[in-house]
Amino acid sequence: VEDDMASVDLPSDARALTPQTAETDAIRFLVGTQSLKYDNQVHVIDFDDENNIISKTVLLHQAGEIWHISASPADRGVLATCYSQGECARGGLTGGGLGQQRAELFRAADSKVVTCAAVWRMPAELEPGGQESPEDAASPAHALELLCLLEPAMPRAPLGAGDGKRVVSLADSHILLWDLEGSSSQATLASSASLEGKGQLKFTTGRWSPHHNCSQVATANDTAIRGWDTRTMSQIYCIESAHGQLVRDLDFNPNKQYYLASCGDDCKVKFWDTRNVAEPVKTLEEHSHWVWNVRYNHSHDQLVLTGSSDSRVILSNMVSISSEPFGHLVDDDDLSDQEERRLEEKSQEPPQDSVIATYEEHEDSVYAVDWSSADPWLFASLSYDGRLVINRVPRALKYHILL
Amino acid sequence: MAAAAAAPGPGSGPGDSPEGPEAEAPERRRKAHGMLKLYYSLSEGEAAGRPSGPDPLDPTDLNGAHFDPEVYLDKLRRECPLAQLMDSETDMVRQIRALDSDMQTLVYENYNKFISATDTIRKMKNDFRKMEDEMDRLATNMAVITDFSARISATLQDRHERITKLAGVHALLRKLQFLFELPSRLTKCVELGAYGQAVRYQGRARAVLQQYQHLPSFRAIQDDCQVITARLAQQLRQRFRCGSWATSHCRWAPRSAPPLPPEFCLPALHLRLPSCREGGSGAPEQAECVELLLALGEPAEELCEEFLAHARGRLEEELRSLEAELGPSPPAPDVLEFTDHGGSGFVGGLCQVAAAYQELFAAQGPAGAEKLAAFARELGSRYFALVERRLAQEQGSGDNSLLVRALDRFHRRLRAPGALLAAAGLAEAATEIVERVARERLGHHLQGLQAAFLGSLTDVRQALAAPRIAGKEGPGLAELLANVASSILSHIKASLASVHLFTAKEVSFSNKPYFRGEFCSQGVRESLIVGFIRSMCQTAQSFCDSPGEKGGATPPALLLLLSRLCLDYETATISYILTLTDEQFLVQDQSPVTPVSTLCAEARETARRLLTHYVKVQGLVISQMLRKSVETRDWLSTLEPRNVRAVMKRVVEDTTAIDVQVGLLYEEGVRKAQSSDSSKRTFSVYSSSRQQGRYAPSYTPSAPMDTNLLSNIQKLFSERIDVFSPVEFNKVSVLTGIIKISLKTLLECVRLRTFGRFGLQQVQVDCHFLQLYLWRFVADEELVHLLLDEVVASAALRCPDPVPMEPSVVEVICERG
Repeated sequence: VEDDMASVDLPSDARALTPQTAETDAIRFLVGTQSLKYDNQVHVIDFDDENNIISKTVLLHQAGEIWHISASPADRGVLATCYSQGECARGGLTGGGLGQQRAELFRAADSKVVTCAAVWRMPAELEPGGQESPEDAASPAHALELLCLLEPAMPRAPLGAGDGKRVVSLADSHILLWDLEGSSSQATLASSASLEGKGQLKFTTGRWSPHHNCSQVATANDTAIRGWDTRTMSQIYCIESAHGQLVRDLDFNPNKQYYLASCGDDCKVKFWDTRNVAEPVKTLEEHSHWVWNVRYNHSHDQLVLTGSSDSRVILSNMVSISSEPFGHLVDDDDLSDQEERRLEEKSQEPPQDSVIATYEEHEDSVYAVDWSSADPWLFASLSYDGRLVINRVPRALKYHILL
Repeated sequence: MAAAAAAPGPGSGPGDSPEGPEAEAPERRRKAHGMLKLYYSLSEGEAAGRPSGPDPLDPTDLNGAHFDPEVYLDKLRRECPLAQLMDSETDMVRQIRALDSDMQTLVYENYNKFISATDTIRKMKNDFRKMEDEMDRLATNMAVITDFSARISATLQDRHERITKLAGVHALLRKLQFLFELPSRLTKCVELGAYGQAVRYQGRARAVLQQYQHLPSFRAIQDDCQVITARLAQQLRQRFRCGSWATSHCRWAPRSAPPLPPEFCLPALHLRLPSCREGGSGAPEQAECVELLLALGEPAEELCEEFLAHARGRLEEELRSLEAELGPSPPAPDVLEFTDHGGSGFVGGLCQVAAAYQELFAAQGPAGAEKLAAFARELGSRYFALVERRLAQEQGSGDNSLLVRALDRFHRRLRAPGALLAAAGLAEAATEIVERVARERLGHHLQGLQAAFLGSLTDVRQALAAPRIAGKEGPGLAELLANVASSILSHIKASLASVHLFTAKEVSFSNKPYFRGEFCSQGVRESLIVGFIRSMCQTAQSFCDSPGEKGGATPPALLLLLSRLCLDYETATISYILTLTDEQFLVQDQSPVTPVSTLCAEARETARRLLTHYVKVQGLVISQMLRKSVETRDWLSTLEPRNVRAVMKRVVEDTTAIDVQVGLLYEEGVRKAQSSDSSKRTFSVYSSSRQQGRYAPSYTPSAPMDTNLLSNIQKLFSERIDVFSPVEFNKVSVLTGIIKISLKTLLECVRLRTFGRFGLQQVQVDCHFLQLYLWRFVADEELVHLLLDEVVASAALRCPDPVPMEPSVVEVICERG
């Protein structure tokens, strides 16, 4: 297993992780750090698959500590972050060197933490790939270039844009849809909707659906999951008490448009068919603490990745509800008899969901996991202490799925 | 010569015989015997066979055959001193004298005996001569008698022959007279209704008339007879039919009469019971008609059809009345009465019909038997259908004894026709019905048990939900548990006792293989007892499956109680119940049964799940409090802490309450040895935070590397904390689980917030307070340290201005509040 794994320790706490979605050649992840005392950064992590080497590039993110990060699916230079900052720091976002002053600012008795979201562009010279060697990290780092500001926004809001032109942000009980114009340099509020109900309702997370021409967004508040149609900003469906406790994350099956995975504080991962939300299609209960992240593999949707604050990452094989029919290759005629028989035997076994592997390399809570956008057999996980681990799907399983 | 016996011969003297006087007597006798043998010159070899005796060829042996006086004397003279010679001489003289006198006595006695024998023989000779004379006289007398007897027989011969002839003629004449009188007699009989007599007459005459029909006179008589017989047959038929009409309103036994014991069913046919009250010919009479008709040579097949048709009419009437008793709205008599009616009415009737049929139509052979069997099968199945409908109405009732008695009677009743009509399979069908009912009863009892279990759970819920009256505690958990356990156990026992009735010795079907084997093992043991225990576990587990989502759907105390209940089942109750069952129902069946260990494992698993769920639910309750307290507060603008926050006190209170609650049902459990006075421990942010070292990003060179290293090493040695790990069955483990969940929640919540300096200090105070009170509940206090350490460290990390409070101040605040 050891050769399937690579890890790097970031110098700061971190919660935010995303693959560089628009990049399909290089295995690249973006990690946002979280530090109140020092300047926050976006680390661009490149993984050399052949040599098992991780290299990283640091981009300054001086606006504040990053709670959530997402990359544009269309333009690989564009990314969006959710961050929090002190009240007084908001005036000069474009300026540099604010980090040193922030500690002072927080000491003010009336200091307040404000959360914002913003769209950024990476410095141009980085775009071709991280040629910069990680050794000279001490040299002045490049800063991100602010494209536009979306406010207000929650920590952990989804900012994935369907086609790179639209962004959704969540603010308390509001869901806001923004249109990005002029190569993302300007954002205009297109429409919004809000939750109505008793008490203070707060969105916790959300996710774009890759289906329906990217017109749907799913959000979670407390124990409920809601689906929204962004064209009318109206609610499509609602799964009340989807989890026993808070829902932490959502993901859409990339191949089956009605299938949705969710996870939450009840340590469970549930799979839903949004056409029939009375009962989950499937429930996994493998983690021993809150599950913070759930991700479908982009190509093989039976592979489901979950990260939890029990410091474990679990890779599950959900064959029974995947889009890939079991034993779909048996009808090949040119297989030799023996092979055919073997395959037949295999196909006669009922599809069985199982845990493929449990990864225990982390020592702190894992708040983010994600698949690489370039290599479907590769994924990264990030724990609070700043450790980023890159793992591969076990080879045996990979060949089993491919053959 | 015999003097040698006393002589001190070598090895033969009385003095040196080692055996003493007891051995002396046989020795002497043998010697005398030997001498006699010698005298009669019997084989010398035999004498030589004695190994210890003196050599018979020894010439010096006084008693030997080859005794030589010269040699002997020489020997004596040579070997013995004078004194001994003198002694032996006197001795020998004495012996010779004694022998002489002995011989004289013997001769005298023998002579006397010989004389008396001669006398006797002479007398016998005389007697025989007299007897011979008498025998001769007897022979002559016999000869004379023989002669006389022969003469008398010769004289009587002639007369005897004449008498014989006359007697023959007389008999013939009587027969003829009977024949001539036959028509008139028959007519008379028919008129009087003495059909039996008429048929007998006809039967006697028929053969003769048949034989002599070529004679005109006989021909006439035969014709007359045939006419009369035809009339007779017609009348009989009519009677038969009328009878069938009449009996359709008639019962074999009065309704109120107690049911006949089954033994009487068969004889009833012959008893000619006066049960046909309405004057028609009853079944017996009808049988008689058929018998007569048969004797008249009517076609048997047609008759048997008709017979069965009539019987069917009667039996159907019975069935109708039974059906009426069933009724659409049951004012029905109880099931016992119903089976009694069925038994006496229908089954009794069927018995009579069958017996009569078999008696009458025995000649019909297998075809006839088949017809009867089909008849019985058809009606029997209708009867069974009715009985089953009635029994189905009984399913709801709780009382087994009545049902078993009814079934017993039903089954017993059908044994008679079953034996009579083996081909109809009535007994088997009856047994099947009984089995089915027994099975259904088992199902019913299982449901009853499940309902009882749910009922007792509802009681517990109510008891738990009931508002506590001031000053008076409600029933404690332990008491509730005992109540539930005892009520379930008593229900199980009651069910077992109730079901046991089916296998009671006096019940007629209890020795059927089903009731001896399958019923006991598969039915009672597996489906009832094992089934109940399983369903109990499932019911209990179902409380886990609808977790806290629906709020307080299941009170946690109930979970705790159920878990203890299942654990008790695992340790003792299951094996007790199964032993009880096995004892009551001596299971002879070989079919595999669920072993106790499997059930115990299931119960244990259930108990474990329930307890784990309890931990989760309680942990969630406390977690929610902690989470709310962290999430709703503005930590940046808090004031300097003066007090422990109320929510922490509440957490400690709740934990204490849970501790008490769990303590009621579970044992204490094992703690790790206490390391030191843990309550004195104060959190210092810098010493415990393993994350301090990472404050230095790579581009700020002033990294306090040693702390980093230290904390990493510390991390290496502390085990990973599995938050929702399964718990063990003791109080400490349960409490540890709850506290772990709560503190981990606190940690995660703290990490999502940003703290001001005073916010951090407040967290410090709160954690210290928790530390003060929580360590005593957990198995390993190090665990609480670790988690709380991490909470404070995380808070410090989330604080832009981490200035911790002085430990002494923290202590003061905590002690005050």
